[in-house]
Amino acid sequence: MAYSKKVVEKFENTLNEPEKNSVGRWDPSDSDIGTGMVGAPACGDVMRLQIKCAPKNNSHVISDVKFKTYGCGSAIASSSELVDMLVGKTLEEAKEIKNKDIAEALDLPPIKIHCSVLAEDSIQKAIEDYESKL
Amino acid sequence: MKLPIYLDYASTTPADPRVVKKMQDCLSLDGNFGNPASRSHAFGWKAEEATEEARQHVADLVNCDPREIVWTSGATESDNLAIKGAARFYKSKGNHIITSKIEHKAVLDSCRQLEREGFEVSYLEPNNNGIITPSQVRAAITSNTILVSLMHINNEIGVINDIEAIGNITKDAGVVFHVDAAQSTGKLPIDLSVMNIDLMSFSAHKTYGPKGIGALYARRKPRVRLEAQIHGGGHERGMRSGTLATHQIVGMGEAFRIAKLEMENDNARITALREKFWNGIKDMEEVYLNGDESLRAAGFLNVSFNYVEGESLIMALKDIAVSSGSACTSASLEPSYVLRALGLKDELAHSSIRFAIGRFTTEEEVNYTIDLVKDSVEKLRTLSPLWDMYKDGVDMDSIEWAEG
Repeated sequence: MAYSKKVVEKFENTLNEPEKNSVGRWDPSDSDIGTGMVGAPACGDVMRLQIKCAPKNNSHVISDVKFKTYGCGSAIASSSELVDMLVGKTLEEAKEIKNKDIAEALDLPPIKIHCSVLAEDSIQKAIEDYESKL
Repeated sequence: MKLPIYLDYASTTPADPRVVKKMQDCLSLDGNFGNPASRSHAFGWKAEEATEEARQHVADLVNCDPREIVWTSGATESDNLAIKGAARFYKSKGNHIITSKIEHKAVLDSCRQLEREGFEVSYLEPNNNGIITPSQVRAAITSNTILVSLMHINNEIGVINDIEAIGNITKDAGVVFHVDAAQSTGKLPIDLSVMNIDLMSFSAHKTYGPKGIGALYARRKPRVRLEAQIHGGGHERGMRSGTLATHQIVGMGEAFRIAKLEMENDNARITALREKFWNGIKDMEEVYLNGDESLRAAGFLNVSFNYVEGESLIMALKDIAVSSGSACTSASLEPSYVLRALGLKDELAHSSIRFAIGRFTTEEEVNYTIDLVKDSVEKLRTLSPLWDMYKDGVDMDSIEWAEG
């Protein structure tokens, strides 16, 4: 698989400096945490995305993100890219992030588009989980 | 030590420098460039002498008569010629073919083609170690069976089938037996004078020869008949037409000559390196060797690193050239059909890496790889939510996964 330079860099940075790249986890039962887990081991990729949120004005803002991903290089790069997009956004803004945005940011090859779809699903799941706690 | 390190010898091997030298001598005006089929001048005679000497080297490695060797473009063509050629020739005797689920695609796709033509194919399932047993073959043979096609060494996991015992069964049943030996030349001794094998496929580039050349052994006594697949000119006793590629053939001959001379030493050294490698990684948590541990050709180590996806591991091992059974490295997005046929769960198939050690692998390279594998697996597990769950004692089979 010939990946773009961006995927390779994102993957390697995440691998070599996991904490700096938001790899980790929080207790999913905390009230300010939303957790989204998508994918399946049998399919070769599982993403767990967690958002830490706080109320602000009439909305809620994502103040921090943590993730872990089991999957191919582009799945790991996609989740890491997603983290960069999420921090500081309101939930409404985060819901607008589409897989296309991630795929374009990383120049994903067509056969790897499903990795970005998975990343988009993980945001929706994480927001749902957080909102269910409100 | 030079990076990247090549550990994909089961995919292809570099040509031995001695092979390259021989080949170079068969290309230019100053060299042996003639058409071996030219009967009217010395250029042709000299080229024919070279291809016949090479034929003798190939025959010597597997102990058969050189007249039983047919040059082809590689093992894929040999498999096609053997399977389609024998099935179509013997179709008046029956329409049943036996093969296995873990054959190379050249065998499986040839069988699929024959199914479209009305033949019936039984696909034997290997045991969990990847072996097809002689008793399985005996049980599958019917009065309609005309052909059995099985591989000697499996190209993904390196396990060895007992082709001598299987040959005794097919002989008793009067069934043609084809063996794909692309992976076994130079790795295992083959003696066709005592084995009951009718057809055997060879490849040069798995044995330190060039790509683009192979051969098919077609038994003379008793004679096995084939319907030719490529027509024109009637070369190779009508079984495979086309001008002989002198430089390629000479390369294959030299590679097989060297294989015969050096097989024992090569294998002893390569087996020791493989054992060193496996001993260096086997004590890591959740690491599994795929395929039988002892019935295994020298260079092969197919290993699953649970909770780490194979393609990401290949990316992390960027200084090491290996291949994976992970779906993400294939165009089809399906994990290895070979590993699945062994009964491996999909996630373990996704997590597999094939390391294949060869003639030019050094101890220093193996040591470097052991350290890099350990470090990379640990890093990727830090990233893996599945590893967390495993460590937390979560039963992952009980989870209803949302399919991505």
